[in-house]
Amino acid sequence: MHQLTLAEIARGLADKSFSSEELTGALLARIKQLDPQLNSFISVTEELALGQARAADARRAAGEIGTLLGAPIAHKDLFCTNGVRTSCGSKMLDNFKAPYDATVVAKLAEAGMVTLGKTNMDEFAMGSANESSHYGAVKNPWNLEHVPGGSSGGSAAAVAARLLPVTTGTDTGGSIRQPAALTNLTGLKPTYGRVSRWGMIAYASSLDQGGPLARTAEDCALLLQGMAGFDAKDSTSIDEPVPDYSANLNASLQGLRIGLPKEYFGAGLDPRIAELVQASVKELEKLGAVVKEISLPNMQHAIPAYYVIAPAEASSNLSRFDGVRFGYRCEEPKDLTDLYKRSRGEGFGAEVQRRIMVGTYALSAGYYDAYYVKAQQIRRLIKNDFMAAFEGVDLILGPTTPNPAWKLGAKSSDPVAAYLEDVYTITANLAGLPGLSMPAGFVDGLPVGVQLLAPYFQEGRLLNVAHRYQQVTDWHTRAPNGF
Amino acid sequence: MALERCDVEKIAHLARLGLHEGELPRITDALNSILGLVDQMQAVDTTGIEPLAHPLEASQRLRPDQVTESNQRDAYQAIAPSTESGLYLVPKVIE
Amino acid sequence: MQWEVVIGLEIHTQLATQSKIFSGSATTFGSEPNTQASLVDLGMPGVLPVLNQEAVRMACMFGLAIDAEIGKRNVFARKNYFYPDLPKGYQISQMDLPIVGKGHLDIALEDGTIKRIGVTRAHLEEDAGKSLHEDFSGSTGIDLNRAGTPLLEIVSEPDMRSAKEAVAYVKAIHALVRYLGICDGNMAEGSLRCDCNVSIRPKGQTEFGTRCEIKNVNSFRFIERAINSEIQRQIDLIEDGGKVIQETRLYDPNKDETRSMRSKEEANDYRYFPDPDLLPVVIEDSFLETIRAGLPELPPQKVERFQSQYGLSAYDANVLASSREQADYFEQVVKIGGDAKLAANWVMVELGSLLNKLGIEIDQSPVSAEQLGGMLLRIRDNTISGKIAKTVFEAMAAGEGDADSIIESKGLKQVTDTGAIDKMLDEMLAANAEQVEQYRAADEAKRGKMFGFFVGQAMKASKGKANPGQVNQLLKAKLEG
Repeated sequence: MHQLTLAEIARGLADKSFSSEELTGALLARIKQLDPQLNSFISVTEELALGQARAADARRAAGEIGTLLGAPIAHKDLFCTNGVRTSCGSKMLDNFKAPYDATVVAKLAEAGMVTLGKTNMDEFAMGSANESSHYGAVKNPWNLEHVPGGSSGGSAAAVAARLLPVTTGTDTGGSIRQPAALTNLTGLKPTYGRVSRWGMIAYASSLDQGGPLARTAEDCALLLQGMAGFDAKDSTSIDEPVPDYSANLNASLQGLRIGLPKEYFGAGLDPRIAELVQASVKELEKLGAVVKEISLPNMQHAIPAYYVIAPAEASSNLSRFDGVRFGYRCEEPKDLTDLYKRSRGEGFGAEVQRRIMVGTYALSAGYYDAYYVKAQQIRRLIKNDFMAAFEGVDLILGPTTPNPAWKLGAKSSDPVAAYLEDVYTITANLAGLPGLSMPAGFVDGLPVGVQLLAPYFQEGRLLNVAHRYQQVTDWHTRAPNGF
Repeated sequence: MALERCDVEKIAHLARLGLHEGELPRITDALNSILGLVDQMQAVDTTGIEPLAHPLEASQRLRPDQVTESNQRDAYQAIAPSTESGLYLVPKVIE
Repeated sequence: MQWEVVIGLEIHTQLATQSKIFSGSATTFGSEPNTQASLVDLGMPGVLPVLNQEAVRMACMFGLAIDAEIGKRNVFARKNYFYPDLPKGYQISQMDLPIVGKGHLDIALEDGTIKRIGVTRAHLEEDAGKSLHEDFSGSTGIDLNRAGTPLLEIVSEPDMRSAKEAVAYVKAIHALVRYLGICDGNMAEGSLRCDCNVSIRPKGQTEFGTRCEIKNVNSFRFIERAINSEIQRQIDLIEDGGKVIQETRLYDPNKDETRSMRSKEEANDYRYFPDPDLLPVVIEDSFLETIRAGLPELPPQKVERFQSQYGLSAYDANVLASSREQADYFEQVVKIGGDAKLAANWVMVELGSLLNKLGIEIDQSPVSAEQLGGMLLRIRDNTISGKIAKTVFEAMAAGEGDADSIIESKGLKQVTDTGAIDKMLDEMLAANAEQVEQYRAADEAKRGKMFGFFVGQAMKASKGKANPGQVNQLLKAKLEG
C-alpha cells in the first residue's frame, strides 16, 4: 500500500479495496520500521491518526465521497496542530502543544485527511539541509550520508521513502522546491497569498507560503486543492477563486512558450545538471512547447536581498519567544533580562541566532536604509524582471538547485556556502510567484530537479506542464533502494 | 562595514540573545561573512526605485467591529511556564 | 533670566470600539485578568492581525474634526522592543505614513482669547497589557486583557507655552473625542492618557531647549501640577549651573515632583519597519465623505452658534458647549423655558454647583432639562420670583416632582396682585413710621441702605411671596411721599 500515490489511494478507498484504518495502520507500522534511518518525523500521532481514520471510514460508510477522505497526511512541524506538539524543529517549542489548528491543518482534517504526524525541519524553517533541527538531521533516503535539503527536509524524506504519499511543507526561499529536487519529488510553492498562513508559524511573513510535496504532479494538484483558498483570518490571504487543479492536468502543451533565463546557466551550475535540464527542455519541445532564451538581469542580487529581508522579518517574528507565555523558559531567571537572554540563548540554535542578529542589525538605526530599504528596492527590480519576461513567455524553466544533495556536514560550518544553493529558488519568493520542482534525472545516484515558474495564480499551468512531462518520462517513479 | 565584538554584543542585547563569551569570536566571523554577502547589494543602482514590501500589491481588508472571541484562559494558560491567579508571572520589574 | 516654556503633548485615546484593533476580543474594562486575551492578543506562534473597520472610521472622524489631511494610504509599522506587557515583542503602530496628518485645534484661554494649537499627526496603534507589581513577592503579574485595544495617539506641535494652555488643550481634545463618540475620555480608567513634553528656553531664543517627557499623567489637575513642577525643576537646574538631560520621567502626586524612570532610560532602537502581516490601508474618498456627512456639530461650530443664535457671551458659550451632554441639556432647557440667558445662568450656576456638590456628571442630573425648563417658564410668567425658584429647584433636586406640583403643594405662588401688595406695604410702613421719617430726612447715600430695610420688612410680611419687582416699585413711590 505504501507504493500507492494519493490518487491511487483515493480510488482504492472509494472502491473499498481497503479502509482508511487499514491503510493508516500499515503506514504507521512502516514509519516505525523505517523512520529511525531517516529521522523524518518529530512526532508520530498514532492515536490521533487511528481516530481520524475510523471517523473517515464512518463518513464514507454514511455515503460521503471525497478525494482526501481517509487519505494520509503529515504536516511540517510548523503548522499548529491543536493539542499536538508543534516544535518548529526547535528546543524553544519542544514543550509547545499548540492550542489551535492552523487553517491548512483544519481544512485538510475537515476534508477527512488522517494526520500521521509532524515532520522534521530546519529550526524555524531557516536552512537548506535540515541539519539545524533540535531533533537531529534528516537523512536523504537516496543516500543516507547526504542531506535531503531543507527546510522541509522531513516532509521530503518521508514521501521519498514512501512512508506516506504526500506531506505539507513551507517555502520561504526554496524550502519546498529544493528538498523536492534533492529527493526526487514534485513540490509546489503557490503564489503568495494563495494558501492561508494562519497557524503557520512565521519565519519571513512576506515570503512564506505553504504547499504540497508528493511523488507526482497529480498528487500535488489533489493536495493543493485542499490547502488553497481565501482565509479572513490572514490579512495577506488573497480572495481569488480556487480553480480545479486536476481539471487541466492533461491539457495540450502545444504552443506553450517557455523561457530559459540565460543567467541560470553560468559558472556555479553543475554541468551535469545543466545537461539534464536541457534534456527536459527537449521533452517539452516534443510535447509542443516552444523555447526561447530570456533574461532576468537582476537575479544575481537576489541572494543578498533575501538574506536581509528574511532575517529582518524573522528577527521581529521571533521576538515573541521569550519564555513568558509558552515555550522554553530557562531555569531560575534572576531578573527579566536574564529571563529573556537565557531563554532565547538556550532555546534557539546557532543558525536561528545568527539570522536574528543579521535581521536586527539590518533594521537598526543607521542601517535601515542601506540594508532593509535597499533589499526591498532590489526586490522590486526582480519582480519587474519577471513581469517583463512573462510578457513574452508563459513559463520560465531552469534548474532547481546548482548542485545535487551534498554530504551531511559539508556545508554546516560556513553559513554562506549553504545560502548560495538558493540561487534559483529565492527569486520566486521575493516576487511572490508560484514555482514547482519536478524530478528530471540523477547525478551520482542523487536526484536532480527542474524548476518551473509561472505568473501569479497559474498553479494550474505548472501542474499541467509537470503532469504532461511525467507522462513521457519516468524519473518521478524511481524509488530509493531499501524504501 | 565589518562588525567588531562590541557591535555583536550590542546587537545581541537588542535581540535579547544571551551569548557566551567563548562564542563571540565565531559568531562575529559568521556575521561578517553574511554581511559580506549582503554588501554586494550596494553595487546595484536603485535610484528612484520604490521598495516592494508585499509581492502582490493589494490593500488591507477591514473586518467588522464585532466580538468574536470568548474566554479561553484555562486552555491558553495550560501551556504557560508560570501563572498565578490568572496572571502570567515574570521576575519582578521595577519601573 | 526670563524663561519661556515650550510644551508638546502626546495624548493616547482608547477608541470605543466593541472589539480590539487586530482581534475579535472584547474591550470591556475591568474584567478578570486574561479573560479577554485571544490567541492574537497573546502573540501565540502562527497568529495574524486583521484590522477593525471601526477603528479606521473613528480615526478618520477625528482627522476630519481637526481639519487634518487624512492619510489616504497609511501603513502599519512594527515598533520592536522587549517588555512583558508587549506579548509579540513589538507593538503594531504607524510610523512614516499615519492615518491622520497635520491638523489643528482651537482652545479658549482664561482671558477669553482663542489660541490655535497645531496637531502634527494622529496614528492608530495597539495598546499593551498591564503589569501588576504588588501582590506577587519577587514577581510581576501580567494581564493582557488590555493588549490589542485600539489607541489613537494624538501628537501636538510644541505650541503650548504654559501649564494652563496645556490643560486647556487636553480638555479640548477630551471634549472633542467625547463629542465624536470615539472615546469615553475616562482618565481614571486609562481611556485617555497624556504624556507631556516640557522644555524651557531663554525668552527670545528660537532654538528649543532639551526636553523631558513626563509619562502617563492621568488627570487634568495632575497635568497642570506635573508640568509646573517640571518647569520649576528645569529652571532651578539650569540656574544652578546644571544641564537638562533628555529623559523620561514620572509624576509623583504625593510629593508633587517628577522623577526619572529607571527602566526607560536606555535609548531604545525600535527598528521600525512596515508590518509584513498587514497591507497598506487605502481610504477611499467616498468613505471619507460618508464620515464627514455623519459628523455631529463640533464644539467650535456650537460655540459660534450659541453666540449668534442665543446671544450668549463667548465665555458662556464655551462653558455650555464644553460637553455634548451639557450643550444638549442647555438647548433643551431653552426649547422649553424660552429664555437663553436665563437658561444659561441656571445651567452654569445653580445646576453647575449642584452637580459639583453631588460629584456627578450632567447626564446623571436629578433635575432634567424638561423640569428646569418648566421652572424657568414659571419665573418668566411671574408665578414665582427668582429667589423662590431656588427653593423650587432644591425641591426638584430632592425628587419632589415638577415645578408646578412643588409650587402648588408648598404654596409658593408669588403674590402679584398690586392691590394686595399695596395694602401690605401700607400696613408695613404704618408699623414702621419712625423709620419712614428717618428715611425721608436722610440723604441719597444713607437712603440706599435704609431702603433695603423696608424691602426686608415687606418680604417678611408677605412671607417672601410678594413679587420683588412690584414691591420695589410701589415702595419707592410710597417712600418718596
